[in-house]
Amino acid sequence: CAKDLNLQPVNSNTADKQYSTAQGYKEVLAKVYGGYSLVSSTGVGNSDISVPGLGSDKGPSDFLRALFNVNELTTDEAVCAWNDADLQSLHNLNWASSNLYVNLLYARSLFQITVCNELIRESSDEKITARGFTGADADNIRHYRAEARFLRAYQYWVLMDVYGNPPFVTDKDPIGKFIPPQITRADLFTYIETELKAIDADLVPARQNEYARADQAAAWALLARMYLNAAVYTGQEHYTDAIAYANKVISAGYKLVPKYASLFQADNNLPANTEVILPIAYDASNSGNYGGTTFLICSAHTADAAECKAAGIPGGGWLGNRTTEKIPQLFADQSGKTDARAMFQGDKQAIDNVLTFTDGWRVNKFSNIASDGTIPYSPNGVLVNTDFPLFRLAEMYLIYAEAVKRGGAGGDAATALLYMNKLRERAYGNANGNFTSFTVDDVLSERGREMCWEMCRRTDLIRFGKFTGSTYLWPWKGGVKAGAGVDARFNLLPIPSSEIIANPHLHQNQGY
Amino acid sequence: TVRDEGAQPVIAASVQVQGTTKGVLTDTKGQFTIEVPSDAILVVTSLGYQSQTFKAQRTLDITLKAASTSLNDVVVIGYGTSRRKEVTGAIAVVSSKDFQKGSITTPEQLIAGKVAGVSIAGNSGSPGAGSTVRIRGSVSLNASNDPLYVVDGVPLNGNNIYGASNPLSTINPNDIESMTVLKDAASTAIYGSRASNGVIIITTRKGAAGKPVFNFSTQYSAGKVTRELPVLSADQFRKYVTSLDTVGHTFVDMMGNASTDWQKEIFHAAQGTDNNLSISGSLKHMPYRVSVGYLNQEGIVKTDRLARQSVGVSLSPRFFDDHLKVDVNLKGSLSQARFANGGAVSAAMYFDPTQPVHATSPFGNYYEWATIEPNGDINLNKVAPRNPVALLDLYRNTSNVSRSYGNVQFDYKFHFLPELHANLNLGYDVAKGSGHEIVPAYAAQNWLDTGRNTQYANKVSNQVAEFYLNYTKDLRSIKSNINVTAGYGYYNNLETKYNFPFIRYNGDTVPNTQPKYPYDKPQTRLLSYYGRLIYTFNQKYILAASLRTDGSSRFGPDDRWGLFPSVALTWRVNQEAFLKDAKVLSDLKLRLSYGVTGNQDGIDPYAYQANYAFSDNSSKVQFGNTWYNMASPAAYDAHLKWEQTASSNIGLDYGFLDNRISGAIDVYYKKTKDLLNVIPIPAGSNFNSVILTNVGNVTNKGAEFSINASPIRTKHVQWNIGFNVAYNDNTITNLTAVNDPSFHGTANANGIQINSVGYQINAFYVYRQLYDKAGKPIEGVFEDLNHDGVINQDDLYHYKSPNARYIYGFSTDLTVDRWSLNTVLRANTGNYMYNGLQVGSIQANSLNPLGYLANSLDNVLYTGFVNGQKLSDYYVQNASFLRMDNLGIGYDAGAVFNRKVGLRLNANVQNVFVITKYKGQDPELIGGSGAGMDFTVYPRPRTYSIGANLRF
Repeated sequence: CAKDLNLQPVNSNTADKQYSTAQGYKEVLAKVYGGYSLVSSTGVGNSDISVPGLGSDKGPSDFLRALFNVNELTTDEAVCAWNDADLQSLHNLNWASSNLYVNLLYARSLFQITVCNELIRESSDEKITARGFTGADADNIRHYRAEARFLRAYQYWVLMDVYGNPPFVTDKDPIGKFIPPQITRADLFTYIETELKAIDADLVPARQNEYARADQAAAWALLARMYLNAAVYTGQEHYTDAIAYANKVISAGYKLVPKYASLFQADNNLPANTEVILPIAYDASNSGNYGGTTFLICSAHTADAAECKAAGIPGGGWLGNRTTEKIPQLFADQSGKTDARAMFQGDKQAIDNVLTFTDGWRVNKFSNIASDGTIPYSPNGVLVNTDFPLFRLAEMYLIYAEAVKRGGAGGDAATALLYMNKLRERAYGNANGNFTSFTVDDVLSERGREMCWEMCRRTDLIRFGKFTGSTYLWPWKGGVKAGAGVDARFNLLPIPSSEIIANPHLHQNQGY
Repeated sequence: TVRDEGAQPVIAASVQVQGTTKGVLTDTKGQFTIEVPSDAILVVTSLGYQSQTFKAQRTLDITLKAASTSLNDVVVIGYGTSRRKEVTGAIAVVSSKDFQKGSITTPEQLIAGKVAGVSIAGNSGSPGAGSTVRIRGSVSLNASNDPLYVVDGVPLNGNNIYGASNPLSTINPNDIESMTVLKDAASTAIYGSRASNGVIIITTRKGAAGKPVFNFSTQYSAGKVTRELPVLSADQFRKYVTSLDTVGHTFVDMMGNASTDWQKEIFHAAQGTDNNLSISGSLKHMPYRVSVGYLNQEGIVKTDRLARQSVGVSLSPRFFDDHLKVDVNLKGSLSQARFANGGAVSAAMYFDPTQPVHATSPFGNYYEWATIEPNGDINLNKVAPRNPVALLDLYRNTSNVSRSYGNVQFDYKFHFLPELHANLNLGYDVAKGSGHEIVPAYAAQNWLDTGRNTQYANKVSNQVAEFYLNYTKDLRSIKSNINVTAGYGYYNNLETKYNFPFIRYNGDTVPNTQPKYPYDKPQTRLLSYYGRLIYTFNQKYILAASLRTDGSSRFGPDDRWGLFPSVALTWRVNQEAFLKDAKVLSDLKLRLSYGVTGNQDGIDPYAYQANYAFSDNSSKVQFGNTWYNMASPAAYDAHLKWEQTASSNIGLDYGFLDNRISGAIDVYYKKTKDLLNVIPIPAGSNFNSVILTNVGNVTNKGAEFSINASPIRTKHVQWNIGFNVAYNDNTITNLTAVNDPSFHGTANANGIQINSVGYQINAFYVYRQLYDKAGKPIEGVFEDLNHDGVINQDDLYHYKSPNARYIYGFSTDLTVDRWSLNTVLRANTGNYMYNGLQVGSIQANSLNPLGYLANSLDNVLYTGFVNGQKLSDYYVQNASFLRMDNLGIGYDAGAVFNRKVGLRLNANVQNVFVITKYKGQDPELIGGSGAGMDFTVYPRPRTYSIGANLRF
């Protein structure tokens, strides 16, 4: 009779059942990736994470959207017109630890780490053997495991870059009421570095994996990015390593696509895209999400029907994000006719009022138009099909160039110049824009032109010492129109206040 | 002839020969004829009167006394009955004659204001929306705070039925005989794990011995809005916009030429009828009652309505010289509802009053915020408010709900041992709800989806089986009485939730909205063993103890069994020799009790299990060219267990002057531990940032006082008064697994309220607004409470809470000859409300940068706020109130139509007035946004009703 109390949900699996097939493993792997490509398993109206202040709109809890708010909105590349105090304080550089958006990225990154830990736990060699997998199945599960370790390392990199000293939890720790310890930024650097190197053998070789799954080159690209910023994280320079890993990626056979704009279009998942190392894949009907590229595109347009149609979002137009004048001003010709990367629209470049959407130019680099000019199917004209390039070859060229300029060994100045000019030649369609020589500051400007809204800007400005303080000002930095210097504590985001409460092992970052 | 104290004939009183089943009913003149042996004793009983016994005579004039205060009344307690004078717990009974009157669609409204410590607040003005009931305050933060309803011995599961705004709305209040509220643990602990929030026992009407009696009642009602929200009129709005938009005139140019009162456009006078017919009598030895009801009620928001057909059958056959009693209760109802688009009410507040209702447009010729390009492109402003009238007219959400519940109860008195009873109660509750939402493709409200034609449906199937043995014995030699009960219960609750794709108006299915699974079947089970001993010594001292153990499928094997004991001591002081001669004192009883109860309702059925759920088809992940459904691990706490409340109660029941004055005083202390609480957890430790677990303690302490009196009781005039007051104070005493004084608390999802140690549940957590010399709030200027020079989260403070400190109820009725007058008043004090509508009334909303105009409450003219100040304590407003719930007048026309039909007429007004300082619409609505958060604006109407009751 007491057995009557053992009831199971009809539509879910126990762990043993889930992992009884290789397909079951792959479904969990899907969640490992879905941790950063989607807000939930149950549509746009729900979220994997629940943090105080997140309302019925779950879009802000999406990874890419959260990353945009933290890495772009805080810089000269973006302002937002939405009248939300927490959002405004990002661009004003005066956020507090209770800020919703500070919390959302943190919670999202750690959520994906937790799911990665689960798959890693369940795919140890002992478990693979115990569950009777052999041959190709066993090999595939080992690849899944390595990819989960990569994604975990990637999210730890996000946490290290943004929050510095996050909690540290791995597959060795139990699920339940475990209280993760804190790890220092430098120790985390070592951990990520070790992990990324350790999984190399188990990852699928570069350019050999299924689309939108990580391979060896993704791990190399992350290492290159991390080494470039190593001085910020640990005080130790690793420019030589940055060059080495950028080289590994570059020599793996990636090629720049001929047309810059095609990298950010609706069908950028086609094999023609030879440049992207790892994308986050979005689809209007299979993986709806009001974050991701839907957010990047919809938030950057007025509600005007013609404008929305031109961007491939006939139902979109959220009147949110623009750029400050600093980014258009990086281009000698801001029209886009000379440098194809000048992809802006708008009547008024200056921002007199952040809340007025028509103040400031909009960035129309991302679009939901296919290469043949059509708009792909979307159930509501809002959700888009454009994938986001999380790592692409152009960044590796820029890392190589900057690391060489900063004194890294293993590369040479001529190749650095060549890589810089490859990007410019693509943008200009000819050699007219080519550098004959360049400075390290030119690399930052080139990144502003090439990588705008690709979630690098905050990291870049910090590496160049221009994010806080007053050496570099942009409109509304510090909350004033002309821009004002801000305290150095803003180089790190605080640990969210709710997390400080929930996890007694954590110490708040200095100044918060 | 049987008459009442006012010399009016008592119709359909039962006259029975004592010791037999032979009996008749009185006719419309109160007369009866019965042939009996000359030594027979007649027992005369009638609902609402004390029963009386007479020796048979050729003619008898009998006067029945009103029974409201009879100490010999039988009171229903869990698994049995007790005499009122021997009741050991804090129990309040409201019988049908004391129910609230007027147009009432859900049962709990019948006892609003009638019981001390029971707060019954309407959810919304929509018909059938029901009320939120709280007994002795709120205990739980995340599990349910609703009391357990037990109908004729069958505990109802609180399952939602799709298409019914409230599961109680399928129960016809006219079938209810009495409602008994069990408040303290001594009376509720026998219900164990579901009793922490109190228990309401509903007893439905049964048949009576005698000839069939027909009772027909009909009522017509009309409701209207008591007052519109104070929004700017079209002229005020024009002036306001013009005064602000001095440069560029962008906003001035947007204004239209119309003057539309949008609230007038969406509200109307809501009509309703409620008709009930019942037949009760006795077929040989089987009393029966059959009732049918038809309710048709419009909402005051246009298009909103509820129709309900109900039927009830009750049979009470008796066998083997009354050794076997069988009670069968079957209830069924069908209801059809159309729900108004909930967004229309707030849209009516925000929509620009200078725009017309209709204008040439692609949106069905309703005015909407949109522009049409010369090339025909339609630019609908997606963020603007939608035309409120279009929201109603073009939204068709209709539902059908059928429900049947009932039970068969066998009570067998053993032939060889009549002191021993065996009782078997088998109950069921099945319901099916379904509905359609249809919006045409051209409607602005579903413009992006090109309309909708979607469905929803679920089924509920619950079974209850209970068996108990009861042994009652008088042990005269030692002046004792013992009453022992032991039983077993099995409760199975199964819901089937159907999943449907999103279908557009034209019938196309939106790709990937086909559900992965056609349905989900959440199920819970509960197994119980219980026992109770009541020992009475010398009719003066009563010791009652009960013990229940419940096993729940909601918890893991190691944690699922909970033990819920109670003990109560009662001293009938007036039975003591030194008081026996005090004629003035008719009752004095001291009650002491302690008990432990549990709570588990309202949480996910499988929250303790590690499971992988498959993702929806719209949430897939791409690998290569294939889209994979994700298998997601769910957050879980393997050691989830019961929430436990330990309660102590000291009570005093009193009665004077033959109980013409009676009442009770109670003082209680409830301590709840292991709260089922959704708390933030360290990131990385589980598959979410929050988890449902057992953390936290809350205490509730309070006192209650009630008095019922009949100051006048003469032949022509009777006057009764009831008054009650309750004080309750809740405090959170712990919220963390490890004691951490630096823990601020858990913020509610709304960001305005917080649960913190040392404060009330759902306390507001806001900035202290600063005011100018004229007393006007200064925008964005708050007090720097910690004097650190910056205003940040460290300056938030706990300010008031939505919980009322004092709840008052007052009822009175006055009968003068054939006329009667009755009223119910209720008041709450100490409760605060967050005026969410005022928060949105700011210049930035009205002159909206997103390309539209929106109206505001006239508060914006006063504050002049440009931007939202949602954390200002200016918006936390005193919501104490005094409300007249009901004012009614009745006329008893006596016997009409050849003196064959008893006729009563009545007229009622509900929601007569509210006196409050609160600046929002209604200081009491609990609604969907949570206690104390006023965003719900479906107003409660003032309803006028007239009715007639015929008896023949």
